[in-house]
Amino acid sequence: MGAKRPARREFLKSGAALAGGFTLGAAAPANAQAPPPSPPMIKGDKDQIPYGDRSKFVKSVRIAHGGRPSPDEFGLYFHIAAPLQDSVGVITPSSLHFVGTTRGAYIPQIDPREHRLLIHGMVDRPLTFTMEDLKRLPSVTRLHFIECAGNRSSRNAKTVQESHGMTSCAEWTGVPLSVLLKECGLKGGASWFVAEGSEEVKGASSMPIAKAMDDCLLAYGMNGEDLRPQQGFPLRLMVPGFEGIFHTKYLRRIKVVDRYYMNYNDYGHLDREPKIAALEYQIGPKSVITFPSGGHQLSGRGFYEIRGLAWSGGGAIRKVEVSTDGGKRWNIAEIKGTAQRMAHTRFTHQWNWDGQETELLSRCTDEIGQVQPSRAQVAKHWNAELTPQYSVPGLDNTIQPWRIASDGSVHNGNA
Amino acid sequence: MGASTMGMLRVLLMVLLMGVCALAQSPTYGVGRTPTPEEIRAWDISIGPTGEELPPGRGTTKEGAQIYRAKCAGCHGATGIEGKAPILKSKAGPEVELWARGRILPLRAPFATGVWDYVNRAMPLNREGTLTADEVYALTAWMLYINGVIPEDQVLDAESLPKVKMPIGDKYAALPDWKPKTPRLKGYPY
Repeated sequence: MGAKRPARREFLKSGAALAGGFTLGAAAPANAQAPPPSPPMIKGDKDQIPYGDRSKFVKSVRIAHGGRPSPDEFGLYFHIAAPLQDSVGVITPSSLHFVGTTRGAYIPQIDPREHRLLIHGMVDRPLTFTMEDLKRLPSVTRLHFIECAGNRSSRNAKTVQESHGMTSCAEWTGVPLSVLLKECGLKGGASWFVAEGSEEVKGASSMPIAKAMDDCLLAYGMNGEDLRPQQGFPLRLMVPGFEGIFHTKYLRRIKVVDRYYMNYNDYGHLDREPKIAALEYQIGPKSVITFPSGGHQLSGRGFYEIRGLAWSGGGAIRKVEVSTDGGKRWNIAEIKGTAQRMAHTRFTHQWNWDGQETELLSRCTDEIGQVQPSRAQVAKHWNAELTPQYSVPGLDNTIQPWRIASDGSVHNGNA
Repeated sequence: MGASTMGMLRVLLMVLLMGVCALAQSPTYGVGRTPTPEEIRAWDISIGPTGEELPPGRGTTKEGAQIYRAKCAGCHGATGIEGKAPILKSKAGPEVELWARGRILPLRAPFATGVWDYVNRAMPLNREGTLTADEVYALTAWMLYINGVIPEDQVLDAESLPKVKMPIGDKYAALPDWKPKTPRLKGYPY
C-alpha cells in the first residue's frame, strides 16, 4: 500500500492538468476480451543457462549509421547507431551501445592476460601495468554517456535512431587516470597526454592533463560485466563529456607531453575558427524526446507519457523543459532519479493529445547553466541564414522537433 | 667566507626541497613494473611536431612512388585519387584556398611529422607496422611531393622532415584552454 502512494499522488496531481482526458480511457468495456490464451511454455534450455537471451519478440536492434555500410567492403566496422526509440531508463544495454570508429576499424582480439598499459613521457617513473595490476588499484563506478561528434540530426533522418543514435550511456568501472598519473609522478611542464589504442589504426588523441586529473577513467567494466570488444575490451579510456573519439579503446599507451601532439585524430579536429575549435572537445547540453519520436504511431487521442534523454559534457542536467505546442509554451519535465554528471538523464512529461497536429520539443539546462539552443538561435549566433541545409558548427546539440500529424504518425520536424 | 656559507645553505635548502618533492610524489600503491628504456622506445610510435622520436632512415620521392605502386595503389588508386580508400592528393589545385581543397593529410597537416606518424602506425590496412622506416620516409616524401608541398628532389630524414614547411603555416585555430566546469564557449549561443 505504502509503495503505491507516490503513484497515486502523481495521478491526482496530473488529473487537473489532464482535465477530462480520462473519459477516453474509460471506453474499454466496448472492446471487452477474454484473457489471452496461455502462451507456449518452453522447457529449460541448456544454452540459456550461461548467458541468457532476450525474448524473441523483442526486435530492437542497432543499424549502420550515416548511410555507410558496417562492416564496409574492407571488413571494417563503421558507425553503428543505438535504437533510442525503444530505450527505457538511462542505461544502454552493452549489446545495443552505439559503436564509433576512427576510420572504420577491425576489432583486436586481445587476450587480457597479454594486455599491457604503458605510461611514459614526462613522468618521474614510467610504469607498465597488467590488467591484473589495474584491477588491484582503487576503482570507481560511474554512469557516463559517450556521444560521437557526428551525432547530428538532419532533415533526412526518419527516426531518433538516425538523428541521435550515436550516443549511449553505460555504467563504467575502472581506475581513475589521476591515480595512475600520481603513481608515475607528473613532471613540471606536463600539460597534455596522448592516449593510444591497440586496434589496427592505433588511434591516438591529445588531451589536456587538466582533464586527466579531473575525471578520466580507465574502464575495464561495463554494465556489470567486462567491457565488450566493440567498446574496447579489455581497457578503455573514458573522458567524460568529451567527444566520443577521445574515449580511446583497447588502451595500451599513455604518453605525457608538453604540447598538443597533432596526431591524426587531432588533425581531424583542426579548424581555422577559434570559436568553432572551442566547440570540438566538450559536448554541449543536449536532449531529445525518444517517445513519441519519428516513426512512432500514436494509437489515438488521449494520455501519453512523453519520454526523453538529456545529457551534457558540462556536468549534470539540472532542468529539462518540454513543449507540446511547437515551442509556444514550455513545461518543466520530471527528471527521473538523480541526474549524474556526464550521463544520460531520463525525463518525462505527462501529455494529453487532443488529436490535432502539433510539434513536440525538449530543451535542457546543465549544472553550469548552459542551455540547449534551437537551430535558429545557433544560426543567429553565427550570423548565418537558417535554411533546412544549415549545418551547425561543431557538435550539433540543437533542439529536435518531432511533428505529430493528425493521424498520430510522428515525423522529423527538421524535414 | 660569508658567500660560501650562503652557497652551502642554498645547496642544503635545495637538497631539502628536492627531498620534500620526492616524498610528495612517491608512489602510493607500488603496483606496476618499471619498463626498460628499450621497451619504451619500441612502444613509442608517437611522433610529435619536433620529430624527436623519429628513427634513423631516409627516403626520396622517387622511391616513394615505387613503394606506393607496390603497396598502396591497390586501395588508393594509381595516382592517389582513384581508389576506394580515402584520396591522398587534392583534386583542387593551389589556386583554390587551402581549407577548400579537402581534408588531405599530406596537404593540410600542420606538421609533416604527422604524415609520417600516420603512415607508420596505420598503413597499409591489415599490414600495419610492416613498413620500414626508410619506406615511411619515402612514402611521406612522395605524398608531400604530389600535393606540391616539397620539390621532387627533396630527401626526407629525421633532420629534414620536421623542417618541412606545410602550406597551412600557423593559420589554424589555437586549441581551447579546457577547464573543468566551464562552458565550452562563452556566450554560446545565449
